[in-house]
Amino acid sequence: MAKNIVEKIWDSHVVYQEAGKPDLLYIDLHLIHEVTSPQAFEGLRLAGRKVRRPDLCFATMDHNVPTKNLPTINDPIAKKQIMTLADNAKEFGIQLADIGHPDQGIVHVIGPELGLTQPGKTIVCGDSHTSTHGAFGALAFGIGTSEVEHVLSTQTLWQSKPPTMEIRVNGQLGIGVAAKDIILAIIAKWGIGVGTGHIVEYTGEAIRNLSMEERMTICNMSIEAGAKAGLISPDQTTVEFLRERRFAPSAESFDEAANYWLSLASDTDCTYDVVLEINAEEIEPFVTWGTNPSMGTGVSKTVPTSADYTSESDKSALNKALTYMGLEEGQPISSIEIQHVFIGSCTNSRLSDLRTAANIIEGKKVAPGVNAIVVPGSYSTKAAAEKEGLHKIFLDAGFEWRESGCSACLGMNEDIIPFGERCASTSNRNFEGRQGAGARTHLVSPAMAAAAAIEGHFVDVRKYVTQVV
Amino acid sequence: MEPINIVNSIITPLDRKNVDTDQIISKEFLKRIERTGFGRFLFHHWRFDAQGNENSDFVLNKPEYQGSQILVAQDNFGCGSSREHAPWAILDYGFRVVIAPSFADIFHNNCFKNGILPIRLTEIECDEILAKGLASPYSVEVNLEAQTVVGSDGKVYSFNIDPYYKQMLLNGWDEISLTFQYEDYIKAYEDKRVAF
Ligand code: SF4
Repeated sequence: MAKNIVEKIWDSHVVYQEAGKPDLLYIDLHLIHEVTSPQAFEGLRLAGRKVRRPDLCFATMDHNVPTKNLPTINDPIAKKQIMTLADNAKEFGIQLADIGHPDQGIVHVIGPELGLTQPGKTIVCGDSHTSTHGAFGALAFGIGTSEVEHVLSTQTLWQSKPPTMEIRVNGQLGIGVAAKDIILAIIAKWGIGVGTGHIVEYTGEAIRNLSMEERMTICNMSIEAGAKAGLISPDQTTVEFLRERRFAPSAESFDEAANYWLSLASDTDCTYDVVLEINAEEIEPFVTWGTNPSMGTGVSKTVPTSADYTSESDKSALNKALTYMGLEEGQPISSIEIQHVFIGSCTNSRLSDLRTAANIIEGKKVAPGVNAIVVPGSYSTKAAAEKEGLHKIFLDAGFEWRESGCSACLGMNEDIIPFGERCASTSNRNFEGRQGAGARTHLVSPAMAAAAAIEGHFVDVRKYVTQVV
Repeated sequence: MEPINIVNSIITPLDRKNVDTDQIISKEFLKRIERTGFGRFLFHHWRFDAQGNENSDFVLNKPEYQGSQILVAQDNFGCGSSREHAPWAILDYGFRVVIAPSFADIFHNNCFKNGILPIRLTEIECDEILAKGLASPYSVEVNLEAQTVVGSDGKVYSFNIDPYYKQMLLNGWDEISLTFQYEDYIKAYEDKRVAF
């Protein structure tokens, strides 16, 4: 029977099955970071339990780490949390990319970079953006801390098989339109709850044409559509990305692995519980104007008005969002002035993101009154960017070039957007207070963030891209 | 985990949809390495203004809802970040039950691991309960065994729940101990597992 990729991976990971119960699923890779793990390790200690498969775990610090003046960590509570992970990794024998280690970085950036992320694996992490790894055709999802503890002690999870959803992106993406714009357009079109309870597979010509890094951007934000996971069937692009990565299969077994990976792709005549379609041609560079990721629109458009909504609860949600964001109904997106630009996060901080942004700002200056920072997703990304001289382009333009980490994506370290100020951010969440109490976040692609940095307000980046061509 | 079956209390009507876990527990409180003590930070930026003064308009600050163990909200409750600090904060504050038309997946899972009962009622039913609770304090009795929510006005709402999770909550089971009973299966799986 024809199967989609979710069914293939699921079926091959069932450890135990019984009617009336969820399935017991085996977990191939458990990624760990400092914020959602301390209580899990403490639970193990209290119960006198061990980590079943430390060899299938990999830990790093990313959420709390400062992005300047390292190795000093000023915040004592953050420091304690970071030290706690180091101690736990040591006690339980788990590999750790510690602060200062060349592999350190945002957990969803380093997994793929190191080749830990591979097609067909079940991957979990106490982090909702674990869906990022789905770009490789892995079944990857975020879990809570109790489940982290469960995986540490049993290497399994009880899971009910969710229904599947295909989101097909037809046609070709326009020049200057990014993977970020695709996923923001999807969420704006169908809402932040569209994927709830489902695993989404992204298919279609526009998806096939994306690089691995762009696919990661799409899968990363699956959770912003409410989905449990989002994935893309592996193809030759996936295989080539993994060749010679440190934890990828060695040269002798690589071809065998690659054949297996390719066999996981959804069968052509497979089915899904829900199918949605969108045309890539209709997508333009996106900017969010509100306080959840579905509150976004094309850069050429205007902020909605209450007349655009029928239900009272939608009207009141609009009202609340606009009050928080300090915006007027009907205001053109291009008239929104920004004070901050953040290029970073597990959505958009990889080498190609930095190249795209550098390309736009090369030879230009950040607008007066705008603070712009670049936070590469990992130390290895940072080193690669510096080798190409990207840091010089950013520094010459007036950006700050920081150390790697989650940074202003959630502002657990010092990288906080001040109350009432506005940030063009390449991250994934524009919730109230996400980047700092009272901070106003607008989600955009790296290219759009770079263009906004130069002009001090949102502009259609396609104007810059055509200049370059 | 503390077992749960019957909870009798006035409801706290939180008339909002898409309440995300960043709102439930803000990032500045995630650095602690304990599981307890998060209740005082619940909905911090809605409860307190920038100066730390109580915002008297916010439902949790209203005297009539003090002592409530049942939180009622709109669609897609608990969306966003996977942080289990969100259910820890809800539980530590004193809530044992959350009622909404829908929940985000990870939050929903996290509730079961902490002895919180998440109840899905229809949007119309939630609207009705919210309206009653906003008009004047409204008590209900939640009965997990019977899968009902019975209002003090006699109105009965029934709900569905996965039988496995129902048993877990009723018995207060520790899931890890349960899973250890399947250790032979895990071992057998590992023996035949393909890894490159
Ligand atoms: S970069 Fe942001 S979204 Fe990604 S893992 Fe870090 S905090 Fe979470």
